[in-house]
Amino acid sequence: MNNSILQVENLVKRYGDVQAVRGVSFNVDEGEVFGLLGPNGAGKTSTVEIMEGLRTLDSGRVTVCGLDPQKNSQELKHQIGAALQSTSLPDKLRVIEALRLFASFYRRHRNPEELLKRFGLEEKRNTFYNQLSGGQKQRLALAMALINDPKVLFFDEPTAGLDPQVRREIYDIIEELRREKKTIVMTTHYIEEAERLCDRVAIVDHGTVIALGTPRELKERSGDKTRLEVRLARPEPQERLKNLEGVSDCRILGDSYILQCQRPPQAIVSLVKHLESQGNELISLEIATPSLEDVFIELTGRRLRD
Amino acid sequence: MSNFAALTRMRIQLTIRNKMFLFFSVIMPFGFFFLYAGVFAKGVPEGVRYLLGPVVALTVMGSFWGLSAALVTFREQGILRRFHVTPVTPSDMLASSVVANYFLTLPTVLLQLLFARVFFHVHDFGDILAFFILVTVGTVSFASLGLVVASVTNTMQETQIINQLLWFPLIFLSGATIPLPSLPAVVQRVGVFLPATYLVNGLQRAIVFSISISHLLLGVVILCFWAATTFFVSAQLFRWEAESKIPRRAKLWAAATAIPFLLLGVYENRTGRLVAESQAAMHAVENSGHRGESTK
Repeated sequence: MNNSILQVENLVKRYGDVQAVRGVSFNVDEGEVFGLLGPNGAGKTSTVEIMEGLRTLDSGRVTVCGLDPQKNSQELKHQIGAALQSTSLPDKLRVIEALRLFASFYRRHRNPEELLKRFGLEEKRNTFYNQLSGGQKQRLALAMALINDPKVLFFDEPTAGLDPQVRREIYDIIEELRREKKTIVMTTHYIEEAERLCDRVAIVDHGTVIALGTPRELKERSGDKTRLEVRLARPEPQERLKNLEGVSDCRILGDSYILQCQRPPQAIVSLVKHLESQGNELISLEIATPSLEDVFIELTGRRLRD
Repeated sequence: MSNFAALTRMRIQLTIRNKMFLFFSVIMPFGFFFLYAGVFAKGVPEGVRYLLGPVVALTVMGSFWGLSAALVTFREQGILRRFHVTPVTPSDMLASSVVANYFLTLPTVLLQLLFARVFFHVHDFGDILAFFILVTVGTVSFASLGLVVASVTNTMQETQIINQLLWFPLIFLSGATIPLPSLPAVVQRVGVFLPATYLVNGLQRAIVFSISISHLLLGVVILCFWAATTFFVSAQLFRWEAESKIPRRAKLWAAATAIPFLLLGVYENRTGRLVAESQAAMHAVENSGHRGESTK
């Protein structure tokens, strides 16, 4: 292990009878971008907000920058920066005022003007918060997370609810921070985001980590196979499809058959031949290159966004 | 300390930019002022002087509306959450609301005095020191009351209902709208349990009889004590998150804020001092009023 800056051990969080986080463990190294990937309600936000000192934990141990978020929350808050989910700023606060105000809360802070420039908000300098677009608000949120030059950054669903073009803008910003070797912990339910931005990913489902590694490692673990998603006019026995030439596995997900295959062209040919012989018809066929989605499907039998 | 100052500055800026502020801090107080001075007191200087106490008391008490609404909005919109990941503490947040509110209320009160002088020829404002001490203690304590309302309610709707439930007794049973001596004896007995009554009575006596602060001490001390209690309770019940539930002890804590005036009310009911004082103030104005009319 390198120098780990953040440790989570057997973290458990309950809300009444609901166990949102059930024994999550991982370490984050200095300078890496660590992603928590999972569906909504998997316990990602709870985990992150415990690390930030916003929520209390029920059991387990969390250390961030050598500090206990519950006991040393005041000191910790000087050392971390965060872009939260479901948060906002006062409607009538101007962009520059927000940056200056938050800068004043910290012992050490960066120049608000420099952050404005870096996040492309110079033109919006004197605009009220409620007049900013979704993308501008999110850029401001990221700029504000950096205002105290933090040792660890937390981005909770940094692109949720943004349209694709704006999402790419946010990716560029995070990639730049990654090149600067900032330590970032981010949550996401977007496969693409985790693959593109994260050095390591923990796949989270129902409050537990079900897989952890670099995106490459995780994909290799599931065999690096191409996925064919097929819908048919009439049902077909799963076993028959599984035994087709070029197909290594078949599972049923909703109204689709998911075929894992090492050599897709061959699999498609044998599938079409088989269907013809059965008098069955192909309604749709989708080819998906190997991704973390396959890892998730393989481990849970569900799609990430079900 | 610097967090507190920065937040106070932000709150003042935001409030001035808010339309609700215009209503609660400008239109409503001056509406009351001209209604009382022009219509009820018929513009007679002695009458205006007598009613200045209730008008200023209404301005001061209005604090809890704006403060409770602002804090609940901040919580509902997730704004407080954002401050929670910074080193800002609940006390920074709460104290800045109270102080910002004070700086916003003070100009309104000063303008009311100025208008009384310019439009209604009131030249004698009695004991100015006592007047300003009462305004200060009153603004701080009613602002803290607003913070308690914000902490025992979850939504803006609930906040507004509680505000209405507080506002009407406070203005109708305290002498702020109908002079205490004109109210039925039973209502007077209820009135002396309300903090508003001491504020109205204190302001009125300071203005009309130039009563100095040392003679208003009991009411002022209890108001201060009440301000401290409500502020402490609001800090205890402070919630950063909209989804975090109101603790069960909240109602008990909120009820505890009634204790200072419960005790004072019992005492005043025994002695009947306060009611007698406000009667004296009214008689003084009536007499001067008759004189005024007879010389015409």
